[in-house]
Amino acid sequence: MTYFHSVTLDARKCHGCTNCIDHCPTEAIRVRRGKAKIIKQRCIDCGECIRVCQSHAKIVAADDFSMLDNFKYNIAMPAPSFYSQFRCEISVNRILNAFIKIGFDDVFEVARGAEYISAATRELIASGNIKKPVISSACPAVLRLMRERFPGLLGNVLSLVSPMEAAAMLAREEARKKTGLCDEEIGVFFISPCPAKVTSIKSPLTLEKSNVSGAISVKDAFAKIRPIIDDIEDELPLAVSGYEGIFWARSGGECKGSGVEDYIAVDGINNVLQVLEEIEYGKVNNVEFIELSACTSGCSGGPLNIVNPFIASRRIAQQSKKRSNVSEPKIADVERFSWKKPVEGRKHSGLDDDLEKAMQKMELMDELYERLPKLDCGSCGAPSCKALAEDIVRGFASENDCIFIMREQVKKLAKELYELNESFDASAK
Amino acid sequence: MIKKYDISGEDFSLAGEASSNFKSVLKRLGISTEIVRRVSIAMYEAEINTIIHGGGGECEAEIKSNAISVTFRDNGPGIANLELAMQEGYSTASEKIRELGFGAGMGLPNIKKYTDDMLIDTAPGKGTTLTLIINL
Ligand SMILES: Nc1ncnc2c1ncn2[C@@H]1O[C@H](COP(=O)(O)OP(=O)(O)OP(=O)(O)O)[C@@H](O)[C@H]1O
Ligand code: SF4
Ligand SMILES: [Mg+2]
Repeated sequence: MTYFHSVTLDARKCHGCTNCIDHCPTEAIRVRRGKAKIIKQRCIDCGECIRVCQSHAKIVAADDFSMLDNFKYNIAMPAPSFYSQFRCEISVNRILNAFIKIGFDDVFEVARGAEYISAATRELIASGNIKKPVISSACPAVLRLMRERFPGLLGNVLSLVSPMEAAAMLAREEARKKTGLCDEEIGVFFISPCPAKVTSIKSPLTLEKSNVSGAISVKDAFAKIRPIIDDIEDELPLAVSGYEGIFWARSGGECKGSGVEDYIAVDGINNVLQVLEEIEYGKVNNVEFIELSACTSGCSGGPLNIVNPFIASRRIAQQSKKRSNVSEPKIADVERFSWKKPVEGRKHSGLDDDLEKAMQKMELMDELYERLPKLDCGSCGAPSCKALAEDIVRGFASENDCIFIMREQVKKLAKELYELNESFDASAK
Repeated sequence: MIKKYDISGEDFSLAGEASSNFKSVLKRLGISTEIVRRVSIAMYEAEINTIIHGGGGECEAEIKSNAISVTFRDNGPGIANLELAMQEGYSTASEKIRELGFGAGMGLPNIKKYTDDMLIDTAPGKGTTLTLIINL
């Protein structure tokens, strides 16, 4: 079974440069016939390829503003990381007002949703009803990664919905009360820093259906808001979130909200991979809470953001400090914000369903690998010689895809032709 | 199918390479997650012991249709009192080793816990051979 992917390729722009295959943390990209190809089963929509593609050929299937026409009442839900795209002098309240200016009827801060999730997390941890170390579930790219590569650790994952889903639930409730409209008439739009969240809306892992109607990329929202942000007058009082919620945009923000003292906050997909390995080895037993963000600096480093992750992260610190007098919600509603369906690990696809055959293929793969130059040059379109050997055994590539083997073959062929020619000459004499 | 690994006693940064490598072999073979996890944990502990106590050695990992067995062999000092070594918390690790985060005395007990069988052949001056078996 494959699921919806928000990261796709614009084949017209792709030059087949192999830059992306080196940076994909799950080795999900190959270059075939001069174009990149994403292996759907492996892709976790982390967006690393979007960052590194010089030709901007990796695109995100986010929604556009025309989708607002489908609803009677539209609510914008900016991720807290969105605030970091503006100078610190521009208040959160002003940014929220800008959404009204560009056509939304209301706003609901995802930071507020985050505060509800923090409250529920504290409650859940205090109840003791949870396996330690508790692993956060807020980053959907990490959740996909765990499902594919570390299914054995899914039992440790915090089974609460993301701040985005929590915010959408609360926003809908508020809007229904305020307008008397039904859910179908209310549009809830997440302003997304990443493709992973877009995917989690279109095909959610922990809910039957997402509460969010659509996802608009930070880039698109920023393009509309930046030109008008300085001219906003008569600000409505829209900002409600406080320090805790806004701080979620940074790596370590969720840990802070968990109320736990002994935690690890890991950011950057390769660090996440390493730490998950360590947890799988049972080497991180005593830690209480582990936050994992696919992006460097957490969501403020999301691939669809504009500002550098470290600068963004500092801005989040400033913005959250400015709102430290705002109090968090007191209610901890674990039941309401719990997953509605469990995340099941995917059986990793071995080389063959039959162990004997899988071992034969493995031996073949090792033999092949020995013949390859071990340069990991990428010219074959696979990220490494090992990966090419595996692709060959799985039937997706051939030995001649390796330019070095190809050259050997050509040399051999040339020599044979030469010898053949010589033998003709000899017999002619 | 047999995989062989050299376990260097000098380079600490390579500690865990054999277990990590074998883990990806098992995943590629489609072995279930739970088994992979048990093999990884036990193998990692044994690999570290071979390095820090045994001074390095070799590892031979075999996959058969009904079991996975992994043998670590070293020519180190050997274990004088095996019963004691098997106790949780017993460790002869030096202060320097402890600073690196090892030496809690949990390695051997953990290997026992995560495997179906564990065989140790050791004597002072003779080195140590440890085989761990996990049934499929
Ligand atoms: N290969 C070996 N050669 C010599 N002595 C060993 C070997 N393996 C274990 N021992 C002895 O057995 C003791 C207990 O081993 P165990 O793995 O249980 O704990 P540890 O290695 O000291 O600490 P930990 O594994 O928790 O980091 C060791 O301290 C050491 O004295
Ligand atoms: S860290 Fe945040 S921005 Fe990055 S992929 Fe995860 S949820 Fe998206
Ligand atoms: Mg040990």
